[in-house]
Amino acid sequence: METPLTQHISASRPPLNLRDYEQVGGYQALRKVLKSMNPSEVTKTVQESDLKGRGGAGFNTGMKWSFVPMNDGEMTKYLIANADEMEPGTFKDRLLLEGNPHQLLEGMIISAFAIQANISYIFLRWAYKKAARLVRHAMDEAYAAGYLGRNILDSGYNLEMYLHTGVGRYICGEETALLNALEGKRATPRTKPPFPQVSGLFGKPTIVNNVETLCNIPHIVNNGADWFKGLSPGSDAGTKLYGVSGRVNNPGLWELPMGTTMRELIEGRAGGMKEGYKFRGALPGGASTDFLVDQHFDIKMDFKSVAAAGSRLGTGTMIVLDDRTCPVGFVHNLEHFFAQESCGWCTPCREGLPWTEKILLSLERGEGRPEDLKLLALHTQFLGPGNTFCALAPGAMEPLQSALKYFREDFERHINEKKCPWAKDHGTH
Amino acid sequence: MFWQISIGENVQVRLLFVLNMLTAEEITEIDHEIALVPIRRAACIEALKIVQQHRGWISDESLRAIAEYMQMSPEELDSVATFYNLVFRKPVGRNIILLCDSITCYVMGYEKLYEHLKAKLRISFGETTADGRFTLLPNACLGTCDHAPALMINNELYRNVTREDLDGILDGYK
Ligand SMILES: Cc1cc2nc3c(=O)[nH]c(=O)nc-3n(C[C@H](O)[C@H](O)[C@H](O)COP(=O)(O)O)c2cc1C
Ligand code: SF4
Ligand code: FES
Repeated sequence: METPLTQHISASRPPLNLRDYEQVGGYQALRKVLKSMNPSEVTKTVQESDLKGRGGAGFNTGMKWSFVPMNDGEMTKYLIANADEMEPGTFKDRLLLEGNPHQLLEGMIISAFAIQANISYIFLRWAYKKAARLVRHAMDEAYAAGYLGRNILDSGYNLEMYLHTGVGRYICGEETALLNALEGKRATPRTKPPFPQVSGLFGKPTIVNNVETLCNIPHIVNNGADWFKGLSPGSDAGTKLYGVSGRVNNPGLWELPMGTTMRELIEGRAGGMKEGYKFRGALPGGASTDFLVDQHFDIKMDFKSVAAAGSRLGTGTMIVLDDRTCPVGFVHNLEHFFAQESCGWCTPCREGLPWTEKILLSLERGEGRPEDLKLLALHTQFLGPGNTFCALAPGAMEPLQSALKYFREDFERHINEKKCPWAKDHGTH
Repeated sequence: MFWQISIGENVQVRLLFVLNMLTAEEITEIDHEIALVPIRRAACIEALKIVQQHRGWISDESLRAIAEYMQMSPEELDSVATFYNLVFRKPVGRNIILLCDSITCYVMGYEKLYEHLKAKLRISFGETTADGRFTLLPNACLGTCDHAPALMINNELYRNVTREDLDGILDGYK
């Protein structure tokens, strides 16, 4: 089984420096691109590989690039790596950043070339201190070796790269909010259209891609679109970094073919539930995805199959709910996060999330009323898709609406028993 | 900013005023950031970070000094400063504890760590110990959920933290 993204990453070795990276074939894809490909060929190859964005939405990467205007002469354009990873339950980009930073840099340089951008940014989460150190060092090495800067490898192509570390806010990961943050503004999202591909950073054409997405690019260029498709037996191409956290025996992160089943992830890789705990459900790809439950154990974890099961692949890092954790408390924790991180622009999100959080808290305290469940259900509609400027609010409703469906009895018990049945297992709220 | 000082104002006010100008070092660092962006104000978050790095937090006086230098109104800069979690508009302790309160750490029992910290340091989230040694803040997912529960102190990440570990960890920070 091939694991292109993580083949050189291991806990027992230090991260690859430039020399290590070159020794395992690093920057060969960039050489190939600059020597023998034009920008549209790169975009076409990526589009044909069917690489879909790993930041959560799953849009075809090459297609996204193809919306960038290409015949404007010397126009300023930007390529941005989204390394803001802050979706609760998600810890995949950290591994790529800390394990093999040059892989990301090479992916970025090739991607920037494909859209003919001359300026690139890595928007890195503040908390990733080690990654910041390693990425900065890798950038210095790449500049010194002529992979960045003016006239890269004598090709005439120029690219500057900057590292921007954020100052903490989940919404900065939303791509248009990220652009505002880079412009020194409050990180509220922007209305679309115009899309960033046409009018992004400082009003110029801009591509924002997730770290994992970009790390795939050198491998696709080296090995071709068909190879990439062949990595997975299912309907989505490539490999995926899958993670499992919660009360399982072996929580962790693994690169596996796209479309690996939930059973393989939880029972195989994660070693099943810890002694004394039973599986009740899981959010398949971070906090803003719908619960999957027992009946979904054999579905393939790819974009299409997870959507067919009523959820989203999201970031591919799964959070497990066990039988000794209160589902209402679990969802309360999520809604607390979303309420706190709302940028406050749209009324349904700004007002609805704190309200949702308060209702859930009153249920947890045994103060819930039967009509509260209806109120919660109403919120999942008010804050649903189409009512807000960005996907934060609809995402926040995904775990709630599915919890109301799969764990309804547990919600009702809180109301009927006038207390949280799990209170002794958890601290006070 | 000199127009703010009316004749007859006492000397202490003047002194305070001078102290809260940007230092030469801060200005050099901010200028470096300004040179990298096409619009001056685009560097304002970097400017806030730089001044906070030097002074620990962003006081009203610091905010005004940065705003003037960035050619923004203080209100405009404050609207940016208050948006971000890690721009401190209140004084903080010498060491900052960021305890992850997100979902996997909730499942794995961060609340027990919080109870322990509250009892030991006698502060809740958002507060600073009387001796100025620690500020305790909740933080969203630290991106290390396979090793939950997790916390950071200053630049250091601690994973799989147990209540028993906490005392030893805290001892390392004076
Ligand atoms: C609230 C919110 C937070 C997001 N956070 C991130 C993030 O931290 N990292 C990321 O890559 N994408 C994040 N996204 C998705 C981005 O908006 C964008 O779709 C993605 O970076 C595009 O990259 P991709 O096409 O390579 O997936 C977030 C979206 C929303 C609505
Ligand atoms: S949905 Fe929420 S986070 Fe997104 S733009 Fe509206 S208020 Fe801001
Ligand atoms: S939820 Fe605490 S580190 Fe992710």
